[in-house]
Amino acid sequence: MDWSWLPKYLPMLIQGLGMTMQLLVISMGLGLVLAVPIGLVQVTGPKWLSRIALAYCTVMRGTPLLIQLYLFYYGLGSVLATFPELRQSMFWPILREGYFYAILAFALNEAGYAGEIMRGAFLSVPKGELEAARAIGMSPWQVLRRVWLPRAIRNVLPTLGGETILTLKSTPLAALVTVVDLFGVSDRVRQETYIIYEPLLLVMVIYMILTFIITRIFAVVERQIPARR
Amino acid sequence: MAARATGGHCLLAGPMFPTVLEFGKTGFGDELARGALSTLFIAACSFAIGLVLGQLGAAAKLYGGPFSRFMANIYTTVIRAVPELVLILLLFFAGTKGISALGVAIGYGPVDINGTFAAILVLGFVQGAYSTEVIRGAIQAIPIGQIEAARAFGMSGWQVFFRVVVPAMLPNAIPGLANLWLIVIKDTVLITVTGASAELAQMTKNAAGFTKRYFLFYFVSGCIYLAMTLVSNFFLSRLEAHVRRGQPKLA
Repeated sequence: MDWSWLPKYLPMLIQGLGMTMQLLVISMGLGLVLAVPIGLVQVTGPKWLSRIALAYCTVMRGTPLLIQLYLFYYGLGSVLATFPELRQSMFWPILREGYFYAILAFALNEAGYAGEIMRGAFLSVPKGELEAARAIGMSPWQVLRRVWLPRAIRNVLPTLGGETILTLKSTPLAALVTVVDLFGVSDRVRQETYIIYEPLLLVMVIYMILTFIITRIFAVVERQIPARR
Repeated sequence: MAARATGGHCLLAGPMFPTVLEFGKTGFGDELARGALSTLFIAACSFAIGLVLGQLGAAAKLYGGPFSRFMANIYTTVIRAVPELVLILLLFFAGTKGISALGVAIGYGPVDINGTFAAILVLGFVQGAYSTEVIRGAIQAIPIGQIEAARAFGMSGWQVFFRVVVPAMLPNAIPGLANLWLIVIKDTVLITVTGASAELAQMTKNAAGFTKRYFLFYFVSGCIYLAMTLVSNFFLSRLEAHVRRGQPKLA
């Protein structure tokens, strides 16, 4: 075992860890925000809208994330590059970065998976509770905000915990579009020092610790919910 | 084809059916088709290896002694907590090096391992951890009375397993295993990081890089993957209906 590279690359590893967390939190957050309407229209929306949402989920869940990421990064990126106005605009430094496309792909992909979860979550709330809320005089918007959404999210917290771990495990794909996340650092060490196993093993252990922490966080959050067990 | 390669990056550039997708020497159609077959082959073999490992893992967890139970737990916990990409690289490097060293040790000389073969082993090993959990859960969901009844009839362990446990667990296991099949199809793309195989994602990468028509090729390849999962879904739901025959309908 050769760990002589570690002191030199430690700052980079910490930055990589920060990047991984950033990718996870932003794409998971954006994905969930998108997932709520995607799930909701499939339960109550008009037929055409629910069909679109279903098709979206099917496509996102039916194709590999890496292909989606490459479609955005290489495909969309090269199409955008053909617009000279865009290349000169202030957005180009952002549109040129792998980071932007990684977040875009992860968030849209997450929205597909979480949208399917939210559909089930909305369905799982007993109808009587929604009717009761309407009967008290809440507007449909208030019912959604005060009763339907909170109840739905509570019902699927364990599933969302699993989904968060799956998202964490897909963040290393960002390294394939030049983002230096945790896995990207191990790749960098391999390229610069030809040491293969030690950095990969270290990164593997860090991912396991992160998975463990996420599991604990969700367990704590679940325990906060006042419910009869 | 080289002339066509300069035709710009736009999705809509060129004729309605882009010649770069043609079969034969003028396009990458046949390369993509061969890649798709290779993807299905790798996925099917890995899935099969995963099933065997899953069966062993589930047996170790349910009926094994303390040591085998401990090993099975380590296996499933580690594999399921680490990103597939990291595992695939680690197992690929370690596996190819290990087998090569084994070749030297038995006097065969260094072995150059076929990329497809290595990919199948690696993906199969990863699948095995997930299959273990699916199969373990499915076996545990069988009412214990059914197994006791089979024992009481005087069936041997194997007879109980094949006549009672397997048919009774299948309805519980098929949805989980179907999901794993869809996952393994999608996980085959990760092999491209090793650069050692010729499945669809690698072919797409080659074709897109050569023609510079990235959007077109990744879009087409996405459609092929989608077709694979949709067709799989169709057959898997029929399979599930078949193993569930005679059971009360769900909800």
